[in-house]
This record gives sequence, structure tokens and C-alpha cells, in this order.
Amino acid sequence: MTVSRLLPRLLAVLSAAALLAAAGPAAAEPLKVGFVYVSPIGDAGWTYQHELGRRHLETALGDKVETSYVESVPEGADAERVIREFAAGGYNLVFTTSFGYMNPTIKVAKRFPGVAFEHATGYKRAENVGTYLARFYEGRYLTGIVAGKMTKSNTVGYVAAFPIPEVVRGINAFTMGLRSVNPSAQVKVVWVSSWYDPGKEREAAETLIAQGADVITQHTDSTAPVQAAEENGVYAIGYHSDMSKYGPTAHLTASTHNWSGHYLASAKAVLDGSWAPQDLWGGIKDGMVELAPFGPAVPAEVRSLVEAKQAEIAAGTLHPFLGPVRDQSGALRVAEGGVLSDQDMLGFDWYVEGVLGKLPK
Amino acid sequence: MSPEVETLVAILVATLRAGTPLVFAALGELVTEKSGVLNLGIEGMMLIGAVAGFIATVLTGSPFAGVVFAMLAGTLVSLLFGVLTLTLLTNQVATGLALTIFGIGLSAFVGLGYIGTPIQGLQPLAVPLLGDIPVLGLLLFRHDPLVYLSLVLLAAVAWFLARTRAGLVLRAVGESHEAAHAIGYPVIAIRYLAVMFGGAMSGLAGAYLSLVYTPQWTENMTAGRGWIALALVVFATWRPARVLLGAYLFGGITIVGLHIQAAGFEASSHLLAMLPYLATILVLVLISRDANRIRLNAPAALGKPFHPDA
Repeated sequence: MTVSRLLPRLLAVLSAAALLAAAGPAAAEPLKVGFVYVSPIGDAGWTYQHELGRRHLETALGDKVETSYVESVPEGADAERVIREFAAGGYNLVFTTSFGYMNPTIKVAKRFPGVAFEHATGYKRAENVGTYLARFYEGRYLTGIVAGKMTKSNTVGYVAAFPIPEVVRGINAFTMGLRSVNPSAQVKVVWVSSWYDPGKEREAAETLIAQGADVITQHTDSTAPVQAAEENGVYAIGYHSDMSKYGPTAHLTASTHNWSGHYLASAKAVLDGSWAPQDLWGGIKDGMVELAPFGPAVPAEVRSLVEAKQAEIAAGTLHPFLGPVRDQSGALRVAEGGVLSDQDMLGFDWYVEGVLGKLPK
Repeated sequence: MSPEVETLVAILVATLRAGTPLVFAALGELVTEKSGVLNLGIEGMMLIGAVAGFIATVLTGSPFAGVVFAMLAGTLVSLLFGVLTLTLLTNQVATGLALTIFGIGLSAFVGLGYIGTPIQGLQPLAVPLLGDIPVLGLLLFRHDPLVYLSLVLLAAVAWFLARTRAGLVLRAVGESHEAAHAIGYPVIAIRYLAVMFGGAMSGLAGAYLSLVYTPQWTENMTAGRGWIALALVVFATWRPARVLLGAYLFGGITIVGLHIQAAGFEASSHLLAMLPYLATILVLVLISRDANRIRLNAPAALGKPFHPDA
């Protein structure tokens, strides 16, 4: 094609683009929402729960919203590129759903002041960057009650990823729930040093079962521990998602995350112009933490007990770390009637009484 | 059984299971490397084997069909590697790495509709009478069929390489392809067969994970085991018995580390996570530190392209 024939076409395209730009964002133009996921979606786990939230957003707002996601984005330079592409691509609201996206999110947000960003699990905020997190420990406390009622060996196994405050908080809350109904029960923890390694998670679960645990719970991403429990004839309590498919008889319940409400609220806020960055730490009362349906093994009295406790937490009359809270040495950390502050919970570097073994530092 | 014996038996049984996928993959790579070809695509071939075996099991209902299909799929992708590196003479290192990336992507794509599908995995055998012997029965006679297969294959490969004429030819090709070619051996054809054996074994290793170890399909479920198998071959100085030792050592120390934690001993989880790598390398390096033996065992033509007309 010669230049003389190309030029008019080019001009035509350019003028059409200019016309479109002059028209500005039409009233009917949907809100564009982007999601950045750290792992594949799969059918259970951390990312899957965010995906459920995204799908809910699409169904709830219909034409008013247009969403898309990028999965398996490594934390680091790749994340920055993906986030920037969303921002540059006309997205109005971007959710970055892993801790390691914190700095890339902040960095890109500075360049795109007109775009709203929300970063899950982080602590850095800016004029157009909010953060959100759920009080997962409230769900942990409730599943601890279930474990305490169901264990016969009084030994519960916990497959955990890395000894960071988030995971330790879950172990402690679970143990508080466990011992609130069964003071002689104890928790054995095995760290697998990985968020996702089905083989090793299974080995850890089987190790715990071999050492007498008859309920297995986890803070890792695969469903292998539930599967191991099912095959070895012990109980399992899932995490992140309802994992009952992998252990139809073993699965008692699971502490799950529900981001649907938050994603919907944020999208609506951007739509009506009321969005402002916030530091959100929502729990059971906000619908961000839920329990998966009880498995067939859980008797009615346990169900109603857990439901009652759930209502108390939602009403604010029960706190998982309600004193007296003792650490492993038996020292009193929270006096009778007091509760642990958010600050203390965010920095957990000690086990409560009832957890066996030393916390790796 | 006393609790101590019970724990010990649990550790040993778990060690066998943890080591088995490594044995398969490393054995395949050993034969491939002995023919002078370096295939870094084990992780990718394992994933393709894992997903292919899983899908075949879902469709046919038979985990045995799954195992066969996994081996076929592994062979097929290794054939792709063979065409690229042996016929088109691409760089083996780059092609192997590409194969891993390809395998991760392809298995994720193909397996998309199978995530969360429940299957009945391969069940352990219970040999009558022998399986009922108190401790020995659990240790020796109650494993899944693939554990036994890995041992049979190991013995077969060791015998093949050391005692048969064909094994000698394979090693000759890996030592000096020019010399082997001059004598009249079909270097490329032999290397194709070795690469395909490696692919079949990697596929089998993948099937062990998706059909026996954790009977489910999830993306990237091998979690780096292909790379461990690759390292085992080198640190075991290309000797089958040491590959077995290395695989069980790696599996065993991982399992012991978990038991130490569960028993409540004071130990850094980071250190325990590192220990299998450290100890396996250390032991294998120590027992194979004779430089002359290493030179003797290492295939001299490893990774070098061969062009018959050159």
C-alpha cells in the first residue's frame, strides 16, 4: 500500500477517534473494574474467593459494570505492569488481591490519580488507595469450637504455611475457640513453608494424623489436607473455601471469605462518586467472614451452639480473644474481661495456651 | 505396636511414598542424560503426565488406564523435545526450559475443566497373609502398585546400563557420539529412544502425584519436584542406586522434619524446610566425591548437539 493511499485512511481513523474522544464518557458507559490475582482461580482457595466476589459484582450490577481479571500474577515487577495496564486501559477501580502487590499498587496509583485502587491485606494507603482485610480469626474461633466438640483424641492438627502474624492469629483464635468448649484439647502445628504444595500439605496432614490428631485444619491453599483426612477416616475443617467436595464425610465446616459485599459497595461508591480510600477490617458482622455449611457428622447441638456464638460475635458481645488469655508459659496476656487490641492481634508473635511446640521465629 | 514403633513405621511408609515420584522422574532423566541429552523439561513433562493421567482416569474410570495414558502423554511431549533438539539441533538447555514453561501452561489449559472432579485414585495393594504381618506387612506389603513398579524399573535400568549390550551402546553414544557414529550406531535414533523413555518416566511421576499421592488435579501440583529429580541425577553421579538413595533421603528428611514439628520439638520450620535439600546434596556429594569416578560416570557428550554429516 502506498503512502498516498494510506494517508486518507489514517486521517479518517484519527478523526473518528477524535470524535469519540470529544463525545466524552457517555452516561451509558459501564464502570470498568480490574482484579489482579496472585494464583490460578481453581475451585477453592484465596483467589477463588475473590473471583466469587467479582462474579457477584457482574451479576449484581449487570450492564453498569464491566470487569476483568488477570490471574497468576507474580508479586513484583510483573504486578506493576499488570496494574499499570489496568489503569492506563481506562479502568476506574482496580482491586489488587495479594500482600505483595502493596508497593506496586502505591507506585501505579501515584501516576493515575483518577483511578481508585483497593489493596487487600496491606497497610499502605494513599489518596486513591484504600485497603481491605477480613477478620478471618472470627471464623477460626468458630471452627475451633466445632473441632473442640468433635475431637475424641483431644488433639487437633493444624497445617500452616509460614509463621507470620496473620497465620499465628488464626492458630491462636482457633485454639481459643477449641478450648472454650474443651479445655483439655490441644493443637499441634506443622509448618510446610509453602502456601501451595499439595504433596507436602498432604504429608503434613498425614504426619499429624499419625501423631494422634483426629481433626485436621489448615492455613494453606490446596485441598490436599482435607483429602488426606477423608482417606484416613478423621475430620477436616477447610479454609478459604468450602472444601467439602474433597472430603464429603470428613469435612465438618470451613472458615470462608466473602468479598462480594465489599466489592459491590466499592463499585457502587465509585459509580455515585462517593468513593474514598478506607482502612477496612471487616468481620462476621460485615458478612466478610462466613462458615461453610456443616458436614453430616456435626450434630445438631453443635450446630446451634456455633450459630449462637456466631450471632454473639456479630452482635459484638463475644470476642475471640476475650480475657483471660494466657500464653504458652501460662502468663496472663489479657486480664479477665479485657480483649486483645487490634494492634496486638496484628503483631502476634506468640502462641496462646493450648498450642503445642514453639513458634518458629 | 508401641507408639514409637508406630511413628517409625508411619515415617518409613510416608518416605517411600514421598520418594517414589522422584525415583520415576530421576530414573528417566538418568537414561536420557546417559545417552548424552540434557532435558530440563522434567517439570513440564510431569505436569502433562499428571493432567493426562487424571483426565484419562475421569473418562475411563480406571486409574490403570490413567497411568498408561500419562506415560503416553509424557512420551509424546518428549518426542517434541527430541524433534527440536535432535533433528533440528536447537539448544538443549533452552529447549528444555521452554518445555517446562510449555508443560505448565498446557497442563493448566487442558485441565481447566477437571479441577475439583472427584476420582477414585490408585488404591494400595494388600497382599494377603504377608500384608497382615504386624510391622513388616505395613512396611513392605501394603503399598500402591507404583511403589513396587518404581523399584522394579530401577533394578531394570541398573541392569540394562551395566550388564547389557544395548546399555553399553547407549552409554557409548553419551560418551562420544562421533565414535559411536563411526562404528555405525544410529546415534540419533538411540537418543530419541532415551528421550522418550525419559518422557514416559516423567509422565509416570506426574501420574503418581495426580492419581496416588494427592488424587486430584490442580495447576502446578508438582511444585518443583521435577527440578529436584534433575538435581538428584547429577548429585547421584548418574548411578541408579544412588538416585534411589537420594530420592528416599529427600523424602525421608522432609517427613522426619514434619514429625519433629508435630511432636512439638523446638526447631526452626525454615531450617527444617531447607534440611532435605542440604542433607541430600551433602550425603550424595560425600559418597560420590571421588573425582575420577565422577568423570567416569558423567556422560562426556552431555548436552552437545550431534550432526551426522559434520
